[in-house]
Amino acid sequence: MNFSFKRLLLVAVAFPIVWLQSCKPKGTQSAVSGDAAAKVYVAPGKYDEFYSFVSGGFSGQMSVYGIPSGRLFRVIPVFSVDPEKGYGYSEETKPMLNTSHGFVPWDDLHHIALSETDGIQDGRWVFANGNNTPRIARVDLKTFRTAEIIEIPNSGGNHSSPFITENSEYVIAGTRFSIPMDNSNGDVPINTYKSNFKGTVSFVSVDKTTGNMKIAFQILMPGVNFDLARAGKGKSHGWMFFSCYNSERANTLLEVNASQKDKDFIIAVNWKKAEEYLKAGKGQKQSVKYAHNIYDEKKHSATSVIETEVTVLDSKELADMVYMIPCPKSPHGCDTDPTGEYIVASGKLAATIPVFSFTKMQQAIANKTFEGEYEGIPVLKYDAVLYGEVKKPGLGPLHTEFDDKGFAYTSFFVSSEIVKWNVKTLEVVDRVPTYYSIGHLSVPGGPTRKPWGKYVIAYNKITKDRYLPTGPELAQSAQLYSIEGDKMKLLLDFPTIGEPHYAEAIPAELIMKNSQKIYKIEENQNQFAALGDKFARVERKGNEVHVYMTSIRSHFTPDNIEGVKMGDIVYFHITNLEQDWDMPHGFAVKGANNAELLVMPGETQTLAWKPERVGIFPFYCTDFCSALHQEMQGYIRVSPAGSNVQISFGTGKTDSTAVANK
Amino acid sequence: MKKIVRFFPIAVLVLIFSACNSSNESTAVESKEAAVKSVGQEAVQDDVSQKDVVKVAVGSKDHTTLVAALKQAELVTALSNAGPFTVFAPTNDAFNKLPAGTVDGLMKDEKKADLQNILQYHVTTSALSTDMLHDGQTLGMVNGDNVTLSVKDGKITLNGTANIVASVRASNGWVHIVDAVLIPPVKN
Repeated sequence: MNFSFKRLLLVAVAFPIVWLQSCKPKGTQSAVSGDAAAKVYVAPGKYDEFYSFVSGGFSGQMSVYGIPSGRLFRVIPVFSVDPEKGYGYSEETKPMLNTSHGFVPWDDLHHIALSETDGIQDGRWVFANGNNTPRIARVDLKTFRTAEIIEIPNSGGNHSSPFITENSEYVIAGTRFSIPMDNSNGDVPINTYKSNFKGTVSFVSVDKTTGNMKIAFQILMPGVNFDLARAGKGKSHGWMFFSCYNSERANTLLEVNASQKDKDFIIAVNWKKAEEYLKAGKGQKQSVKYAHNIYDEKKHSATSVIETEVTVLDSKELADMVYMIPCPKSPHGCDTDPTGEYIVASGKLAATIPVFSFTKMQQAIANKTFEGEYEGIPVLKYDAVLYGEVKKPGLGPLHTEFDDKGFAYTSFFVSSEIVKWNVKTLEVVDRVPTYYSIGHLSVPGGPTRKPWGKYVIAYNKITKDRYLPTGPELAQSAQLYSIEGDKMKLLLDFPTIGEPHYAEAIPAELIMKNSQKIYKIEENQNQFAALGDKFARVERKGNEVHVYMTSIRSHFTPDNIEGVKMGDIVYFHITNLEQDWDMPHGFAVKGANNAELLVMPGETQTLAWKPERVGIFPFYCTDFCSALHQEMQGYIRVSPAGSNVQISFGTGKTDSTAVANK
Repeated sequence: MKKIVRFFPIAVLVLIFSACNSSNESTAVESKEAAVKSVGQEAVQDDVSQKDVVKVAVGSKDHTTLVAALKQAELVTALSNAGPFTVFAPTNDAFNKLPAGTVDGLMKDEKKADLQNILQYHVTTSALSTDMLHDGQTLGMVNGDNVTLSVKDGKITLNGTANIVASVRASNGWVHIVDAVLIPPVKN
């Protein structure tokens, strides 16, 4: 500690002097070793070693970076509309954002969970939580697209999620805000919190083959705030560990009122026991409403179904299923080491990091070493479960990841640093500053039984002077550190999309070989597809005009359309006939109160357009596709309501009489 | 430098037919091969997409002369890119109909410009299916000259000499197989 204080002091004194002398952040330069550039340089045309899937926070999206280069490859729209890709704007993708509250075009995406087999990342799917309107999404890693979103009932906000189990049996959803349950009268005074507000944690099963999610069961919990979680692994497989705060059950000024007690809890849930109770019919079916949205890759369209029932197991009444472990001061991160023996809890306001032992917890449960009950749930004795404490590690511990050599890496928000410590001896062995105010951190494979080591990536909340300034709002930042040697070494800064919370990195070879290149046109089952130019047509159905349009370098078929009238709704169903990798076509029409479409090879997508004036409206391809991309255009004519202009259409008809002026 | 340029199409061929993967392992900046590395999409490893116009020609045993000529004329890279292209692809027999020694002469380095001119007269930068071709239509070809089409009883003929005998859809356009080589108009 002395060492670190000295260094802090040194930096504090040195920094202003340097600042006055030169605009270059010298402090940073000295933090970067000479070979850092070579270590992150990925030559043009070469591949990164890892993919990193980074949460976008309040952007609602997920971004994909290469590590070690820090290059951004893709922003995957998940919970927020994305006009760039037509996500949430096309008729086919709108149902993905449906909820029991209707269409919700935004959310706050916090945590990433890559699918696992035997506790090792398998590269099939990546899950993410929607914090605001409680949801979990599944992204398919063949297509890098959101394949499914399920809403979570009986939840006030899905923060403690998705945190997957070691064979992807479940992703979980713990409510950040306790609330009256959905099937009770919610019109109650807020100050009746203690009697009316409850918490739940949901176990959402994942189908082994399809990945499809289903709410298997919920566990009714005391009205605390669920924060984060981690599945047991190896010997602790079958357990899930949740951190919670506000055991005071305050409903106002939580900043003060939820910090009254010395200890809150880590809540240990034996989900195998819960499965037994579920099988034995101990669950109570509750009438609720939640949306379940699935994107069908063959139909190229999503469906949204409102589900109406969930099974709830009561933690108070069903024994041996839930235990509370006292944990100092508002625990945040709750992380299990690769062996599954150690559970590391980080109290945001605590001076130590308690490390709990799964073996000791089992003994304490067997011996009923309880110090009492909390809302009917047995509370284990702190000392009976504790393996040891990391003493004075830093200020404001948040999250811990692990390497493959027995070390843990904990982020400290308040003191803005990563601290490396030995899981067995609990000794701090190294610390590095982060610029500035780190939140989550990520080691490739760090939350699994098989960390790949090599790097730790800090996800920082504040960047201030790190990049060229861009006005009041600045990029949030990732920082890459080498952990190959005894000492952590800063290698690289790179800016991120939105606000990064958790991220997970995975070896590239586990994903890249499965990456899909095109959608096969012969497998296209979209009901509005035109699977060749000869199927292109325009049809009127009442006041709906359906344009079955094809796109291929460098024209649309049809590209001259007449007979649309005021009061009509025009549906452009665009089928991209290309069967060539990286050859999407875009589609946009002047004045549309909508976004563009971006249609992948072999795919069909639909843009709805309600003309608001009479005239000629150009449309064109928005994605530069070919030498004659600029020629890839067309016109649609809108006539007054009651006009007798009939539907007509064509491409390549140069005879002026072919489309008569009727 | 000239040697390197000449070697280039061969390197391309090797890249197409041998495992392209291996090229990912050495770093381009260190490798001497970097100097002759392809600049277009011909080396992209992709067994899923349709074949591009070059790969269609390469896959045809009736077009070995055309493929060799495309390499000598350094047109492989351009024709592997996004295009789109319509390639009127003369068969080996079509090349054999030319006066004796013509092809061999064109394959000489000093005749490269002439070869390029002839081959570019067989390519237009639109993807035109036969449905889009009609009688009396003129097409502007890549070399800057025009080709005139006639369509009689469904038979499409270019410049009154070359007939389309078959058509193959490619990822980046169309390959229309023709039974004669088109000769660009003589410039004044």
